[in-house]
Amino acid sequence: MLLSGLAVLLAAISLLWMFQGIGGGNREFILRLRGGKLAALITVAASIGVATVLFQTVAANRVLTPSIMGFDALYILLQSVMVASMGSAGVAGFPDIAKFLVEVGAMSMLAALLFGMLLARRGRDIPRTILTGVILGVMFRSMSGFLTRIMDPNEFAVVQAASFASFNHVDTTLLPIGAALTTAAIMIALWLSPRLDVMALGREPAVSLGLRFDTMVIGALMLVAVLVSVSTALVGPVAFFGLIVAGLAHGLTQSARHTALLPAAALIASILVVGGQWIFERIMGQAATLSVVIELAGGIFFLYLLLKGRIR
Amino acid sequence: MRLLPAAATVVLVILMLASLLIGVAQVDLLAAWRDPYAMLVLMESRLPRTLAVLLTGAALSVAGVVIQSLVRNRFVGPDTSGTAEGAALGLLAITILVPGSPIWLRMIAASASAMVTTALFLAVIRRLPVREVMLVPIAGLVLSGVLGAIVTFVGWQADLMQYVGTWLMTGEFSGVIAGRYELLWIAGLAAALAWFAADRLAILSLGDQVATGLGLSTATVMRLGLTVVAVVTAMVVTTVGMIPFIGLVVPNLVARVMGDNLRASLPVVAVSGALLLLTCDLVARLAVYPFELPVGLILGILGGGIFLWLLHHRPAHG
Amino acid sequence: MITVEGVNHQIGSVRILHDIRTRLPEGRLTALIGPNGAGKSTLMRLIGRLEALQSGRITVAGHDLATTRTGELAKIMAILGQNTAIASRLRVAELVGFGRWPHHKGRPRPQDRDKVSQALEAFALTSLANRFLDEISGGQAQRAHIAMSFAQDTPWLLLDEPLNNLDMAHARGLMTLLSELVRGQGRSVAMVVHEINYAAAWADHVIAMKDGRIMAEGDPDTVLTEAVLSKLYDTPVSVGRHRNRPLVLHHA
Repeated sequence: MLLSGLAVLLAAISLLWMFQGIGGGNREFILRLRGGKLAALITVAASIGVATVLFQTVAANRVLTPSIMGFDALYILLQSVMVASMGSAGVAGFPDIAKFLVEVGAMSMLAALLFGMLLARRGRDIPRTILTGVILGVMFRSMSGFLTRIMDPNEFAVVQAASFASFNHVDTTLLPIGAALTTAAIMIALWLSPRLDVMALGREPAVSLGLRFDTMVIGALMLVAVLVSVSTALVGPVAFFGLIVAGLAHGLTQSARHTALLPAAALIASILVVGGQWIFERIMGQAATLSVVIELAGGIFFLYLLLKGRIR
Repeated sequence: MRLLPAAATVVLVILMLASLLIGVAQVDLLAAWRDPYAMLVLMESRLPRTLAVLLTGAALSVAGVVIQSLVRNRFVGPDTSGTAEGAALGLLAITILVPGSPIWLRMIAASASAMVTTALFLAVIRRLPVREVMLVPIAGLVLSGVLGAIVTFVGWQADLMQYVGTWLMTGEFSGVIAGRYELLWIAGLAAALAWFAADRLAILSLGDQVATGLGLSTATVMRLGLTVVAVVTAMVVTTVGMIPFIGLVVPNLVARVMGDNLRASLPVVAVSGALLLLTCDLVARLAVYPFELPVGLILGILGGGIFLWLLHHRPAHG
Repeated sequence: MITVEGVNHQIGSVRILHDIRTRLPEGRLTALIGPNGAGKSTLMRLIGRLEALQSGRITVAGHDLATTRTGELAKIMAILGQNTAIASRLRVAELVGFGRWPHHKGRPRPQDRDKVSQALEAFALTSLANRFLDEISGGQAQRAHIAMSFAQDTPWLLLDEPLNNLDMAHARGLMTLLSELVRGQGRSVAMVVHEINYAAAWADHVIAMKDGRIMAEGDPDTVLTEAVLSKLYDTPVSVGRHRNRPLVLHHA
């Protein structure tokens, strides 16, 4: 019921996005352009929404996002390492899609290893775990800045670009493969839903119920890594947006069932991003950037949760 | 342990000499007084740069001690308390509202605004559950993030992103020459002010009840501490850009060795901060010589590593 | 029967358990007692495979923990740990419903729903079935967790300090229910008990632990004696009798 409502809303906003203010001119061109961007926005939004819900289930915590814990920083670092180790020439000769797939693969392994260890060791001391993740994120960002600078000492922009997301300039070369990966990851997550439901109970009850908990943690973290890689590759890092989406998904569904939560998160995120981008791009004429506003709202929401004592 | 301050000072002097010598232009210190070009390089570039690094490292570390006393938590620093973002916000505001404003006005705006946002941080953490030591730095980091988003938003609107970048991204000293760093002396003075209030800050960190019991006006000390942190941060942000972690890790490292008698430890904190930053600056200058890396990047990696070590290898009291 | 052979456990450099060797009899209510830090919970968690076994061997009803799939074990034993904080917002009935998960893996059948209503009924939770866990008291939540383990419907039920948060009446109610499970349905229950008189009043078999070793084991009359308990707790204890069972007097 809720899901179909959300789906209808998203469809309406998408139609608005596609056909609003379309002139008599080169309709086909405009439609193709808008369609590509719409697909990209939805891919990114769904990735972030589903990744956040998954991650919160793994961490048994409702205030974390993969990005707060340094996932996207790790991806950006991986990208820099790729470029650095292969040399700019080597990467140029390498097809984008193959390079991306290698990155996603490495990212899944590394994220599962690193964050799996972190969550396993500090499972009960959530604040310390968060802090560790945040600091790791800062370190990863500095390291990628360091690598970038070493490769090209005059390169200022890269570090900066890596710290901002932009919904205005979506990298569409990676869109088809990104969309495919996102779809696959979400499908797998849906298939795992019953197990995710049990996992959300926490380690002890889940083990008692016979769930192979540690395997599930690794698996879920790998899915998160894939989704974060896609969204980061397409638009850049988005830290707090997922928090709002996951919060809304839990609040609106009033359910702990992932069969409801995951699609709800994907739909809500898409509605917010497509709707928000439509307003910022068409109504306000690029007066501000959506990503900044989203981050602002998300950060304030996080502080609100913190003050409400929800972070424990 | 007694020898530590002395040893640190000796190392500092050696590094200072190194800092004077290293650079694209070859300078012979002994012959410099006869060579006008060498003298020019020394006085206009090398010496100012070295002094700037020393002042920044010392002042930020002392500011770190102060903010840690104010919030009674070891895991915060002037870079994670919304202070730097506050200073940037003040600078943005004055740049937009009073274009071409004189430097002193800009400094006052930056300091005042930094003070307001740091006070906001204090207000936020006062409402957190007392026992949750780790939530305080998280709150600080997120508040910094939120303020940073506001700064970015305003900077974007006003087309001032370039400035925002130099203030808040990674600080570096490559642009320092004579005439462009002197504001940092104000930061040094503010840090010295903290030394005079060292006992009060030490008592304040014991808690409101103890402080009041000892007849200390906590509000006055709070204001003084806020002023020190805000002024130091504002000066650093405007001159060289924010440098991460130094104000956070140096006080922790010193406290591990010396404890928290601030009157004795503050000078050591200052020297150690200067030492750490100078080391990092030298690394930044030499890593891809003749090019330079922003020292903020080095500290982002090194300081982050030290922080993680502190976080996981020290009992979690705050 | 649960057999424990040569189990050692250490956390960091601290030895928690020293070469534990014991048997928990089938069809009985077994109580693990002992002072704080004796290793009772660790032993319970090792049996319940909540902790990984470092050395030795444990079998539950003939199934070796090391070689049996965790999903199979979930149909043989249910374990309730002490850490019952749950991040997700669940209704009581949903939580108890998870007890059936090992049997249906996400597709509840009618008989699963029946078991859930029975569990709710047995723990007087029917009226709270649709309340969220964070809206009920700590004791009620504790009962909901026990009901979940109950609904798991396994031959073995392991409980780590299940009486925490329960008031006198509910603690007694739980013990009555557990002994009914043992005597009426032939199930086996093992529990860590903090308040020794619950062991004295209800247990069929008592294992007394101290400093990571088993100090005494056997039926309550042989273990719950003044000599054993005084040594176990390093404090003088006198033991009286009440309704033909030991009654431990340790408050004064």
